[in-house]
Amino acid sequence: MKRSILRAARVIRSKNSGPFELTLDIMFKNKSYFDLFRRRRLISERKISALYKVPRKDILGIIYFEPALAVKVTIRRMVPSGAPGDSDIYGAQQHAPLLNLKF
Amino acid sequence: MKIHTGEFRILSTSGILGYGFPEESFRRAIRRKPHIIGIDAGSTDPGPYYLGSGKSFTNRLFVKRDLRLILAAATRLGIPVVIGSAGGAGARPHLDWCRDIIYEVARENRLSFKMGVIATDISAGRVLRSLRAGDIQPLPFVPKLTPGAVRECSHIVAQVGVEPIIKALDRGCQIVLCGRCYDPAVFAALPIAMGYDPGLAMHMGKILECAAIAATPGSGADCAMGILNKDSFVLECPNPLRKFTRMSTAAHTLYEKSDPCHLPGPGGTINLENCSFTEVPGGRVEVRGSRFEKTPHYWIKLEGARRIGFRAVSIAGVRDPVMITQIDKILPAVRAQVLKLSHASNSGGRIIFHIYGKDGVMGALEPERRPGAHELGIIIEALGNTQEDADMLCSLTRSTLLHYGYPGRISTAGNLAMLFSPSDIGMDAVYEFTVYHLMKIHDPAGFPLAVERISGGRRLS
Repeated sequence: MKRSILRAARVIRSKNSGPFELTLDIMFKNKSYFDLFRRRRLISERKISALYKVPRKDILGIIYFEPALAVKVTIRRMVPSGAPGDSDIYGAQQHAPLLNLKF
Repeated sequence: MKIHTGEFRILSTSGILGYGFPEESFRRAIRRKPHIIGIDAGSTDPGPYYLGSGKSFTNRLFVKRDLRLILAAATRLGIPVVIGSAGGAGARPHLDWCRDIIYEVARENRLSFKMGVIATDISAGRVLRSLRAGDIQPLPFVPKLTPGAVRECSHIVAQVGVEPIIKALDRGCQIVLCGRCYDPAVFAALPIAMGYDPGLAMHMGKILECAAIAATPGSGADCAMGILNKDSFVLECPNPLRKFTRMSTAAHTLYEKSDPCHLPGPGGTINLENCSFTEVPGGRVEVRGSRFEKTPHYWIKLEGARRIGFRAVSIAGVRDPVMITQIDKILPAVRAQVLKLSHASNSGGRIIFHIYGKDGVMGALEPERRPGAHELGIIIEALGNTQEDADMLCSLTRSTLLHYGYPGRISTAGNLAMLFSPSDIGMDAVYEFTVYHLMKIHDPAGFPLAVERISGGRRLS
């Protein structure tokens, strides 16, 4: 039985990291969920690539940060912040696809 | 500068100058006798328009309100104030805008101080010389810099480090107003000059630049204090409703950064690999182990924006269920008809539809493809080489869509619920970030510093 990411995460968010990158943070509820996700590599380039329809070369990195019990994924912004066609200048509402993650 | 070894207290009033802060928090913070007040006034987050146009994204009245409280307290206590990224984007017009507000506050309150104003604009000529010398590097996903793109920028600024601020403080400036500036440098400059550990000072600055955003509950419109010691720093919130926790502080280290362990900045990187966050009584957190690692060469980040056209928009809603099911066919057909009629494509014209209720927020990234909403919000975005072209294209698109006859149409009086009269809004120039690159420099303190004396609200020099 797969469970929703919301069982394990207390914060799921997105934001610009400069005008050309979008950075996604998942903060886990406790250390055991953090360890589980890190050990099993549950946030993988393959999953992010499928969720955000980005080629793997546009994924800058997936980094676990223990002090915040968090994993961070940074991807290329399809449209740089504020350029024509952009619809989220701060990149603050691009996290929703992560809510569909199961583990 | 005098070497200081005891506790060094730094007050950050708000996340951005002009976001406001409760007067009660500020009074409590001032009672703690800070050694310096720092305020980060800028960001690239609001997008390229502000750097490109020379305007501020913050509100003048509230920037003045914040400055009135800050300058009155600082002159009374005789402590320095460092303001970084003046006017939001930190180019010359933004610096002048903020400087004028400071003069106005000084005049109205008869304040006396010495002020250092640091300009951090970089000329296109200098960028081009560095480009030719191979001293420019792009950041990830940033297009390669071309000489044409450099020349087209209305402003190019450098995100300077602590060095120009230290120079101004060394010259005895009580108020330091800096153009575009690395956010942590605002808070770290003075303690680094006094001999405190640069890793701790920079990491503390990284947290303080957002003020109480790193506390819980978080707020960009409330004060935070950093207390720097020889081997650690402590964060505290003057507002008793907020506190710093281990988690809120560590989580903030992730904010707006691609790698939480290595935060690159002017001249080096803040390394947090061995950093620890410990809660101490009173809603405070103590941080240890942050290190600053100098890079072999001094690189600074450049930011530049160029104008690429003009924009007009129109806002409308659709409630007709037949139209909603066909929206993916109707809008491209309307776009094609308008572009053909106006020949706008030949002169840089573009029409973009933002459809709220479908994929207005995420565009191509939207995974949800099921039609579900019973109403849609449509923003017509028209771009042209001049405002006139953009206005024309917006008007034509609006009128064509309003009366467009699609197959199966039963609502034949009009397709759009227009939100406003006037229905179309001219939005001025459109800019894009063109320069977002690193440049190698040899003199990190070498930015123009103007020292100005103000006595009883009057400028002496």
